[in-house]
This record gives sequence, C-alpha cells and structure tokens, in this order.
Amino acid sequence: MGIDWQDYRYPGLYDELIEPEGKPRPVAMRLAEHLAGLENEELNQLKQAAELSIQEMGITFTVYDQEGGSIDRQWPFDIIPRVSSKKEWDVVAKGLTQRVQALNMFIDDIYHQQKIIKDGVFPGQLLKKSKNFRSQCVGVNPAHGIWAHICGSDLVRHDDGQIYVLEDNLRVPSGVSYMLENRQVMKRVFADLFGDFGIMPVDDYPSQLFDTLAALSPRPGDDPQVVILTPGIYNSAYFEHAYLAQQMGCELVQGSDLVVEDDDCVYMKTIYGLDRVDVIYRRIDDAFLDPDVFLAESTLGVAGLMRAWLKGKVALANAPGAGVADDKVVYAYVPEMIRYYLDQDIILPNVPTYKCLEKKDLAYVLEHLEELVIKPANESGGYGLLIGPRSTKKERETFTRLIKKDPRNYIAQPTLNLSTVPTMIDGAPEPRHVDLRPFVLSSNQAHVTMGGLTRVALGKGSLVVNSSQGGGSKDTWIIDEEN
Amino acid sequence: MLSRVAGNIYWLGRYLERAEDMARLINVNANLALDLPKGLSPIWGQLLAITGASDDFPEDVGERQVLRYLISDSGSNTVSIIASLAYARENARTIRDVIPRESWETLNSVYLQAKDRSQQALTKRGRYPFLQSVITECQKIAGILSGTMNHDDGYTFLKLGRSLERGDMTSRIIDIRSENLIPDATTNRTTFENLQWMSVLRSLTGYQMYRREMQVSIKREDVLRFLIQSPKFPRAIARCLYELSFSLETLPNHKSVEEIVKRIEKQLKKMDYKRLEQGELQNAMDMLQIGFAQIHNELSLTYFGVDAAEEQKQRVA
Repeated sequence: MGIDWQDYRYPGLYDELIEPEGKPRPVAMRLAEHLAGLENEELNQLKQAAELSIQEMGITFTVYDQEGGSIDRQWPFDIIPRVSSKKEWDVVAKGLTQRVQALNMFIDDIYHQQKIIKDGVFPGQLLKKSKNFRSQCVGVNPAHGIWAHICGSDLVRHDDGQIYVLEDNLRVPSGVSYMLENRQVMKRVFADLFGDFGIMPVDDYPSQLFDTLAALSPRPGDDPQVVILTPGIYNSAYFEHAYLAQQMGCELVQGSDLVVEDDDCVYMKTIYGLDRVDVIYRRIDDAFLDPDVFLAESTLGVAGLMRAWLKGKVALANAPGAGVADDKVVYAYVPEMIRYYLDQDIILPNVPTYKCLEKKDLAYVLEHLEELVIKPANESGGYGLLIGPRSTKKERETFTRLIKKDPRNYIAQPTLNLSTVPTMIDGAPEPRHVDLRPFVLSSNQAHVTMGGLTRVALGKGSLVVNSSQGGGSKDTWIIDEEN
Repeated sequence: MLSRVAGNIYWLGRYLERAEDMARLINVNANLALDLPKGLSPIWGQLLAITGASDDFPEDVGERQVLRYLISDSGSNTVSIIASLAYARENARTIRDVIPRESWETLNSVYLQAKDRSQQALTKRGRYPFLQSVITECQKIAGILSGTMNHDDGYTFLKLGRSLERGDMTSRIIDIRSENLIPDATTNRTTFENLQWMSVLRSLTGYQMYRREMQVSIKREDVLRFLIQSPKFPRAIARCLYELSFSLETLPNHKSVEEIVKRIEKQLKKMDYKRLEQGELQNAMDMLQIGFAQIHNELSLTYFGVDAAEEQKQRVA
C-alpha cells in the first residue's frame, strides 16, 4: 500500500498540492497519482536513494565544529516537491522584477539626491537609524545604476491563497546552489517523472549569473575576469561559493588571494604572477570587505578594495551599501516606492504592514497587539519580536511602552498561516509549512529563477525553516500546463 | 591559476598517492607476515620506520597496534590511510570549483566509506577487502581526473604532487625493507630472502613488471637497479623524477625546481648497485629524501607563495 491522498486531509491549512477534501490540485495531479501508485517500500527506496545522492554529491551546509573533524552536515531534503503552475509563476516573476527594479532605484536615489525623501514619500529620519547605510557610497555610480545585482526575496502563501513577500535579501542572499542541487537529486531519483512532465528547467542560473556579472566589467570589450570572493571553507555557505565558481568556470578567491596595487586595480595572485580582476561577486558582508575602510580587524577582506571600487577599477556585486534597502522598515515602504519610481501598482503584495511611525497605524497597532507580530526595525534573526497571539499581558505592556517611546523603530504585521506541502515523515506524508526563496538577477537585464528554493519546517506545526534549526528543503517544480 | 589553488591540487595529488601507497604497503606486509618463520615480527615495526614513526612505539610493537596507527588513526598521525583521505578530501573541498565534480563525488564517498569501515580493516578477515577497495578507488579517482579534467596547469600540479610522493615512498621502502630480515642461521635462507625481495617488489606492485623487464631471478642488486633506475616502471625513482621534469617544463619559472631534479637524477646515475653496502644504500636513500624535500620547498616558494606551504605545515603539524 502506498499513499492514499484521501487520508491526507487537513482543513484549515492551505496545502500547495492537496485540496482540503483530499483531492490533488490540478497542477499536482500527475505527481500525486505517481506517488499514490508507489508501494511503501518503493517510496522508502526513493527516499534512501535521494539521501545517498546527497551524500555522494557532497551537498552540505557547514556548521563550525570546535573539534574540527565534521564541519559539514548533510543537506536535509524531502522527496515530495512543491508544485506551482507556470501561469501563477509568471505573475510572481513579474512582481519580483518590478520590486527589485524599484528597490534598485531607491538605493541609487538614497546615495544621490534623495528625491524620495524630499518629496515626502519616505521619511528621512529612518535613514539615520539604518545600520546598512554607508556614507562612503554617496555619489557613487555603479554600472547600469544597479546596486543589488543578486536579490533573494522570501515568499510565503497565506491561507487566503495569496502569495506575499515576507522580506528582501539584498546583501549576500544564499541558497541558490541548493535549488540547483535539489533538482539534480530529483533527476537522479525521479528520472521517470521528468521529460514528459513539463517541469521548467532551472539549470541556466549559473550562466545567467555569469552574464549578469560580466556586464558589470569596468573594461568592456575584453573577456572580463570575474571572481567569487568567499570567506573560506568555514563559512556556512562555502559549498555554494565553490559550486557557483565551478558552474561559472571562474576563480573562487579568498581575501588573501587578492591585492590592490598602486594603480588602484585589483589583482589576484596566480602561478604566473598578478592577474587583473574586473568583477568580484563578493560573498562577504560590507563590514568585512576592506579593513582600511570598515572593520580594521577583518582578515577576510582586501585592503584597498573600496578605493578600487570608488575609482571604478573593479565592480562589486552586490554593491557596498545596497543593504540600506534590506531593512524591515524600508520593506514597509516598497509599495510606495513602486508607485513613486515606476508609477505602477504593486503586483506581488507585501505582508500588510503597519508602520508605527504613522499615527493612524500606531493607534491600530496599540489596540490590536494580541493579533499582531511586532518587529523592531534594526534587529534581525528574530530578536526583539513580540508574537501577539502567544504573548503574555506583561509582554504586551512592555511593548506598548517601547513602541510609544520610539514609534519609528517598530512595524507590525498580522500573523500568517504559512501554506504546507506533503512531506515524508516516518514513511507517510504529513503537512509541513514552507516558504520559497526565488532569486532575481539584475544588471543590463533582469532574470528571475524558475521557482526557487523551497524551505520546509520539518517539525510538526513549526514555522522555522532555517537549515541550522531543523529545516529542510524540497525541489520546486514550475509546471507548464499548456505543454 | 591561483597560487593557493595550485598548492591545494598539488597536496590533493600527494595525499591520494599516500593513501594508495600505504594501502599497498600494508597489504603486502600482511601477506609476507603469513609466510615468514614464526616470531619474525620486526616486519611490522619496519612499517612504522617507513613512516618515520618508530620512535613513538616500543620495539616489540604488535600487528594490531601498527595497523591501527597506519589505517585508522587520525589524531596526530598524518600518514594513516584515513588521515590521508581526509586531507585529500579537505584539499579537494577547497578547490571544488576547479576539479571535476565526478572526482570530488568519488573522493567524498571513498572517504566516507573508508571511515565507516576502518574498524573492520583491523581484523584479519576485513583487512584485505578494505585495503583493496582503497587502492582501486584511489586509482579510480586518478582515472577520473585524467579522463575528465583539463590537462592544464592544475593537472600539472596534481601530477607533480603524485610523482613526488611516489618517488619519496619508493625511496623509503627501499631504505627500510632492504635490510636483511633473516638471521644467518635460518634454514631455507634463500627461500626467505627471495620472499623478502619479492615482497619489496610487490609493495610497489613491481613484481610482474620486474619479471618482464629484467628477465632474471630475484636478486638484491637487480631489484634495486629496477626500483631505482628503471626509466619505464612508474614507481621507479628515476621514472618519477622524469615525470617531474616533464611536468615542470609546461610551467612558468620552472628553472630553479628543475635544477634540483636534474641534480638528483645525476646522483642516481652514479650509483653502483653491486657494490652498494646496506649502510651506503640507506645513506643514498636518505640523500634522496632530502632532495625530494628540497623539490617540495622550491615548488612551494615558486608557485604556492610561502604562505601556502606554511599553512599546510601548520595543518600537518
């Protein structure tokens, strides 16, 4: 006996594959039938085959272990993919492109005339509080006016069926290699499903990424020398850095491999001597980029790198300072940005966000603390949150005081009920909550991945999808139903 | 090619070769131990001497202790099979972007499997299949690299690492194993001496090739000539040196390293095996090992930047 989808009934949840009464959604019909046609033993074999492939392919994420030995953990992966129709995805992709375009215009504006502030659309006082605003970047003109070349936005679907943007990662978003590797694993394991299924390929990402980066070269015309700058093998995303370098055929460098000479150009140390570098896809944070300008004790960066960038001798992706738009309060203004810069309505909505800075919102928030999630602007990683439905009276009183004292530092959002995807737990499918991180590339043109990285919270009822905290991942299938 | 990456590939070549050589050496030793008269256990101690570790163990060290040290020990020991595979994997991981994916995947699974099964390898029954699989898997990785990687500078550094490690290992085996194992009073002395020299050849998979090339019976001086001077046998020292200078020619700034290689080649040609007493032979092998170390230092200085060598030394230390 295999899976009987009639047993998979979870009213009250939005499941991406199965409707509440246990019927597969049209886009997932063939997958659901295929899975239902498998014996339990076959399902287990598939699961084992997937795990073996992951082990052999060496797909890992890194957790630093004091004892040295095992610093790699295997990538947790579930064999049932998330499935969406291409028709729906086309709208999402359009929405993401619009969003990233507006965000880039915002960053460029912020480092130049700050028109959006002068016109009263974005409150200037927020900038003063921003941790990621870099005064060194004022007046700089990166190629094509683009600052965030690689953006990873986190999407969630609420139980109303609508897909919302939860946040934008504009500094060094990671996860794309797992999106690519998950597909490789699925192709090895579900070889019989691909081919006549209309699953849109994702494999062109590395070449799109290379084109995006190459278009930034300060020496157009030649074959630009593109490199990836990694903090090294102890970084949790090292696997991804190596993977992308391999796929793009470019050098994976560490800070110690690079040097900035008196001519303000960046060179890498090779067996032939010094070799000029044109574009650096840096996977280290602003603060570690250049000990001359930022953290002096940083050994990950390259002394003089900012000088080279400011003089236009090397391109950095993402540009330093792009993180200014990667902030919870700035996020709340994206709908306004899109209207202001593009004169368009937002296609892919934000999670409704109340800005305590605005009187009307503030009053609402204070009255509805019990239903809302309260987030401070400048904290990340879940610090300083108030989750209304789970809060005590005392906590709510504390937050009422905090918000009143500094309203511009807080935003509030309704609690979301994330959608689920059937996930194999002890041999049977159970609903587990997911989110989705697509990646948007921008330079002389824009590109959105076909789907993205689906992360799944493996604990029952859990909403935590981070791999370091018991999260896993799934392949994401965008299916062209017209074929 | 980045200097740091060149260093990593070179070490990948060395560690892969080291793991394979160690597996062969243990395998042959175990075989020989079964044939020798009872009580001749010094052959296990000799294995320690080959790796330069005999000072850390009592003189009457037993088989199991030696095997644990050479197969599975991964603490301070950097010569065990598991440690070599772990270092090879670590170096490969650092340059995953440069070497073909298939070779990384194979190396990764070899390491994981070997680590899983290293306890079995300590039993008499589990030993052979374990060692055999290490040997074939290392050969497989070499084959994948040769067949799928661009034969560019990176591949040249891989070959340099392999040739140097191989030559070094041959010199160590000759150094230690040429010592006479058999007390003069033993009956059937010739038979056992024969066995000993056969096992030296077998440690280097040279028995069959020796027969083909030399077409003489197993004699000390002929075995030595074959293992040291043969231009054809891949594990002969002269052949390894030839591979080194051949590889070097494609690299920039290779003059200083090549000079050292040429100097050692000259020393080899002057050796007279018939008259080489045991003590002199061992001195000659020591000289060779010093020469190999000089080649390594010069490579580090010229291509890897001193930093790379220092870093590796720290990790090994």
